[in-house]
Amino acid sequence: MADAGAPAVSRHNKPVKNSWWHKNQQSMTPWLFLAPGILFFLFYVIFPIYQSFSLSFYSWDGLGEAEYVGAYNYEELYWDDAFYTSLRNNLIWLVMYLFAIPAGLFIALFLNQTVTGIRLYKSLFFFPFVISQVVVGLVFTWFYDPTFGLLNYILGSVGIPPINVLGDENFVTYGIIVAGLWPQTAYCMILYLTGLNAVDPEQIEAGRLDGAKGLRMLWHIIIPQLRPATFIAFVVTIIGALRSFDLISVMTNGGPYGESRVLSFYMFEVALSEYGFRMGYGASIAVVLFLIMLVFIAYFLWSMYQEEKAR
Amino acid sequence: MFPTPIERTSRSWQISYQTLLPLALILWLLPLIAVAIFSFKPASDFANANYWGWPSSFKGFTNYALVFTGSDMPQYLLNSVFITVPTVIGAVALSCMTGFALGVYKFKANIWIFFMFVAGNFVPFQILMVPVRDLTLQMGLYNTITGLVLFHIAFQTGFCTLFMRNFIRALPFELIEAARVEGVAEWRIFWYIVLPLMKPAIAALSVLIFTFIWNDYFWAVVLTQGVESQPVTAGITSFNAQYRAAYHLMSAGSIVAALPPVAMFFLMQKHFIAGLTLGAVK
Repeated sequence: MADAGAPAVSRHNKPVKNSWWHKNQQSMTPWLFLAPGILFFLFYVIFPIYQSFSLSFYSWDGLGEAEYVGAYNYEELYWDDAFYTSLRNNLIWLVMYLFAIPAGLFIALFLNQTVTGIRLYKSLFFFPFVISQVVVGLVFTWFYDPTFGLLNYILGSVGIPPINVLGDENFVTYGIIVAGLWPQTAYCMILYLTGLNAVDPEQIEAGRLDGAKGLRMLWHIIIPQLRPATFIAFVVTIIGALRSFDLISVMTNGGPYGESRVLSFYMFEVALSEYGFRMGYGASIAVVLFLIMLVFIAYFLWSMYQEEKAR
Repeated sequence: MFPTPIERTSRSWQISYQTLLPLALILWLLPLIAVAIFSFKPASDFANANYWGWPSSFKGFTNYALVFTGSDMPQYLLNSVFITVPTVIGAVALSCMTGFALGVYKFKANIWIFFMFVAGNFVPFQILMVPVRDLTLQMGLYNTITGLVLFHIAFQTGFCTLFMRNFIRALPFELIEAARVEGVAEWRIFWYIVLPLMKPAIAALSVLIFTFIWNDYFWAVVLTQGVESQPVTAGITSFNAQYRAAYHLMSAGSIVAALPPVAMFFLMQKHFIAGLTLGAVK
């Protein structure tokens, strides 16, 4: 609010240099504060998205002249078996990764007690999320190792012959996902632990009086109250599943025979590995991945918008 | 509280819960515990196939000393610090400003700019990979720490803006209005009123971004190569190639690489969890 009768001298006895600024201060300030952030973001995030889209219509080795090839890259994708393998694995990731949500809820319920040292237990359970996926990948590679891995040691003790999880095309993707579920479950667990803190004890008492307990209590009284936590868990798990790259790169490098590739890894391989620098083809794979992600992004934004409106 | 508070259950339940707790933890952390034990073993244990037995002798100091003196690990660690710290400062500073602008002012484009940051934060990295790599090359920043830092700052600004804006929106708006009535300049409102209130959010974001950036692998591989600029995540993989069968050294190296975010988490646990769960609890 600019008050019309303001003296030309401010409260600090400095003359007001620019009355235009004084009048427009409130409408201009947000833009000045936003400018650096927006420029950075446009330059490094928004503009590159547009560039990838246009690049997907070119054939380019990253150095020479880019050649316009129309929809050729997409046509090639259509006939590319490796693309379908990656797409299939992406779907497996999406579906299996969601298992982190109930698993996280289960551990959170298990730890939601007040006994001595429980705080330390909670933080130790969260451990896997804090360490890098590169390290997680290495650790699980050893865990699965067919000659000395702990997994086969355990299997052997119950009489099951060793399985080369990461060398078997039928097991490899599932093996990597299990490694990924480890930190992801820890993440969901923390979300639910915090959510459980905010659960209304009165509603629980009311439920108890109505005779609800155990699973019925969980389903009808607790889970509805955990909705915000579930929403965030869902968002981060979907994003995490579609972004999976580190574990695949570290554990199998896409193998065996490319059977553990996902779109994000295949794209990297096509564009930046020894198989050749096919930037345009890589970009078209990235566009497909982006469009899949866009479905979820649109849904998340829509939910956020509904919530904004309700405020 | 759900489930039934343990102190209200029978004695036998309490005892089984107390014994189940450490067992579950050991099972949960088994892979990590194994690596920790690996890192204390002498090389001969692996040659003699004593993988899962107890270390025949304690060689923890030797192994860790070798990681620091006999490998490039110290350089990688240093690179990680030089990448992570400026990124945290840059992204938090930028998002304090964007968050303030989007959280305090009403203007038409507000929600759309906000959604741009949120949506950008969710995109798959691969859609940015080729153009960002090319941009970095053209600016002469490929394979430099600066190139990596600039991109990280820009990208993290998306998430940080979402976080900061929601935090500022929950602050008491009356404070800002009162200051305006007093005729306080807008930037002074930011600096003297809002920023001090943002301290918990700044702390939460700083630890969170520290962990994200320290653990980043993808951009490290895309934008850098070699010892002089790569962070420890990329370093550990070349370490892996170098010491493929030296499991004791690999384990020690992995633990060294994983330690800084773990330490950060334990020191700033309250803020870390507040940061992760923002929005999850009203």
